[in-house]
Order: sequence, then C-alpha cells, then structure tokens
Amino acid sequence: MNLHVAAGELFAYLGPNGSGKTTTIKILTGLAYPTSGDAYLNGFHITRQSLDAKRQCGLVPQTINLDHELTVYENLNIHGKLFHMPRQERKSRILELLDYVEIRDRMESPVKQLSGGMKRRVMVARALMHSPGILFLDEPTVGLDPAIRRRIWSLIKKIQQRGATIFLTTHYIEEAEFLAERVAFLNEGSIVAVDTPQNLMSRLGAWALDRIVNGEMETVYFKDRDEANRHVAHQRGSFSLRRVNLEDVFIAATGKKVQP
Amino acid sequence: MRGCLAIYQRELLILKKKFFRQLASMSVGPLLYLIAFGLGMGQDVMVEGRPYLEFLIPGLIAMNSMTQAFAIASEINIARFYWRIFEEFQAAPIRNIAYVTGEVLAGITRALLSVAVIIVIAFLSGVTLNYDHFFWISVILNSYLFASLAVGLAMLVKSHADQALLTNFFITPMAFLGGTFFPVDRMPSWVQSILNFLPLTHAAASIRNSAFGLPPDSDSLLLLAGIGTVLFVLAYHSVNRAKE
Repeated sequence: MNLHVAAGELFAYLGPNGSGKTTTIKILTGLAYPTSGDAYLNGFHITRQSLDAKRQCGLVPQTINLDHELTVYENLNIHGKLFHMPRQERKSRILELLDYVEIRDRMESPVKQLSGGMKRRVMVARALMHSPGILFLDEPTVGLDPAIRRRIWSLIKKIQQRGATIFLTTHYIEEAEFLAERVAFLNEGSIVAVDTPQNLMSRLGAWALDRIVNGEMETVYFKDRDEANRHVAHQRGSFSLRRVNLEDVFIAATGKKVQP
Repeated sequence: MRGCLAIYQRELLILKKKFFRQLASMSVGPLLYLIAFGLGMGQDVMVEGRPYLEFLIPGLIAMNSMTQAFAIASEINIARFYWRIFEEFQAAPIRNIAYVTGEVLAGITRALLSVAVIIVIAFLSGVTLNYDHFFWISVILNSYLFASLAVGLAMLVKSHADQALLTNFFITPMAFLGGTFFPVDRMPSWVQSILNFLPLTHAAASIRNSAFGLPPDSDSLLLLAGIGTVLFVLAYHSVNRAKE
C-alpha cells in the first residue's frame, strides 16, 4: 500500500474485520514490526528512528489499557514520565487535559471505578499528554453508548482544530462520515479506495434503492432523485429509497458488510 | 535513564497500592516454614553445629528473595496479557534496556522487602544473625539474577499459564533443593554435582556464610554476578520478541 496523510488532516481508515486496520496502527506506533516497506511519521522513519518517531505520536488503542489499580492522575503522570516530561510540565498538562476531556473531578479516582466512557476519555487525555503531532485512534468509541460516542466525536474534532493530525479506524461508518476529511478503505491488506467521503459517495450516485430479492438485500444507485423515482414507478413489493452513504461505498469497495 | 525510572516508579506505585496485602503474602510462606521446620524440629536438631532454626533462616532468605524477585514476572504478565499496559511502554520512546532495568530493579525491591520481613520474623523468634554488607551483596545478586530471569521469561511466554508452568518446573524444585532446608554436602556426591549447577545453591551458601559471620564465598558471588549478567542480557534481547 502507498498512503500519505497530510499534517492536520483527520483521516479515517476503514475496512472489514481482519483487513489490517489495527495491524497498520500497531506498525506505525511501534507495537509490531513491519515485514517490509517504509513508513515515516513527521519525517522520522518508524524503525530506523523509532524513538523520534514514537515522540511524534499519541495512541488510543482499541482495548482499554489503563492501569486499573492507579488513579487517573497517576496514569497520566506515568505516561508523562515515559515521555520524559519535567515534573512541573506534567502537573500543569494533566490538569489542563482533564479539564479538556471534562473529567477533572475524577482525577484522584482509581481507574477501576470509572465508566467505559470515562476510561476512553482518560485514554484520549493520556495520548495527548506529550502534545503529539499525530494522534492514532483505533476504534475510539467501540462499545460506547450513542450519547458518549457523540461526546468523543466532539472531542476528536476539538483536538483536530488544535492542529493535530488524526488517524482514525472505526467500525461505525457514520463516525467516519461525520468526522473524516478523507477516508481510505482497506481490504485484505490493500487500500481499495481513498478520497473525501463526498467524492467517494458521489462516484456511486446520490440516491440508493434497497429492496429484497430472493431473500437477499439488493441496492441500486441513481444519479439523482428523478432517475430514482422513474425506477421506483416500476417496482413491486417493499423497497426503500434513501441517500447514498459511506456504508454503500464500503460495501461496493470491499464486497463486505460492516460488522460491528 | 528517565524511562527506566518511569517503569520502576510505576511498579513501586502498584506495590504501594497493595503494600499490606503484599507484606502479608510475603510473610505467610516463611512463617509456615519457620513453624513447621524451625520450631517443630529446630529445638532439638543441630546442623553444622548450630540450632536448625539458625541454619534455616538464611536458607529462607535465599529462597524468598528468589521467589519474590521472580514474582515480577507475574506483574509483567498481568500488565502484558490482562491490563495490556505493556503496549503503553512499547509505544513510549524508551529503550529496551531502560524497560528491563526498571523491571529488574522492581524485582530486587520486592525481594529486599521480603528479606526484611524474614529478618523481623527471625528477630521475633529470638534468632540474631550477622547482616553485614556481604550478606546484602549476596541477597542483591540473588535477586538480580532471578529478576533478570523473570523479565526474560515474561517476554517469551505466550500466556499467563505458561509462566505458571515455568515456575512449577524451575523455581519450586530449586526452592527445595538449593540448600534452603538442608546442607547440600550431606547429599550423595552425584546429587551434589547436580545441585551445584543451581544458582540458588550458591546464593544460599553465600548468604548463610555471611549470616554466620564467616568469610564470604567469593566464587559463589562471582558466579551469581556472572549468571545474573548473562540473564540480564538475554532479557534485554527478549523484549523485542514480545512484539507482534
């Protein structure tokens, strides 16, 4: 694969289960070895200049990996130490970030007492501790209820507005559609489509007609509503007409349905 | 260096959070051995011209410093397989040497804490031994060796169950056969030859010599330092094996 993400961009990386999304993030953040190829983070090679490359990025992994025995403050403080931040800077940064993710009142709580949404916000704060230029978010809202998910979306937008580059993987297509400036679809280790959500969707059409044929869902795409209406006039049985969304692009590009 | 301190301080924080539980758990084993072997047999049995209780306590110190230093492997496994904190260390800009040094220091700290517990228990049992600098050097070298072994194995195992298996096969037999409960020189010569390959045999001899105020066994100390350094280097090289 060949991929370039511009500084300050919010880039979504989508693909079916096992397509290699998490593996890509693990390789880029130093958690796994690449078998071949080259990758750079802000100009630093990920294996030849691994320490410099790691300083460029923050990571929010898919699985919650906080120290549950430690408090929120202690988790962030240890992270700051791992990134060689001086004591005073650590302290002020922790307070700033806990305000930012709106969890300062739980600063002294052990992580094990927090809800799933709160833990996710602590993980985002931890990843931002050392002010990374690039933030990797691997399924940052997985398992969260819709209200908390939207709160995390606002946070992600806010982080990007501060100038960070964001590399996001998600199963929630609407998440990518709402957040991302560009989207790449990955299938079996290869990128099959990459563009803005609007461009990707307009390639399929503007309207989609879903209907059941022989027990299978079939979708037909149309350039505009008039064309769709003409087609509908000849339809029998149940069907639904809707606007094309990124999930249609996902299915068309990968041949697979989204599996949360 | 700062990365190493971060790893070490994290382990100390975890230890602090469960300090009294840890202290209680470190005390149970030695107390049971002291009651069963020391008080039960120690009143009448003499070994190498001393009451058995005096013989037993340096052996328990060697054994407990080994098991507690090796127990850092469990902490690493919990961090790696259960909480997945190990990913946080891998994504941080710290060198493998810093990670290994931090974890080995944490293992040594746990071991020293367990030795302090036994010294207090020994004192309360009326046994006073010689705790000079050679005694502490022997304890630290023993802890260094087994903490390094623990870190290396913790990087190589694929699950927590594998780690328990290694403890059952290597640490438990060594705990009983490494000169902890009986003098190795009373065993048949062929058994002695085998037991002399065990690092704990040398650690127990060295700790016991110092505790009895005898001249230090310099060969044993050198051997512990040498094996410990080899295991430390192996641990350093095994960190990359833990990556996917």
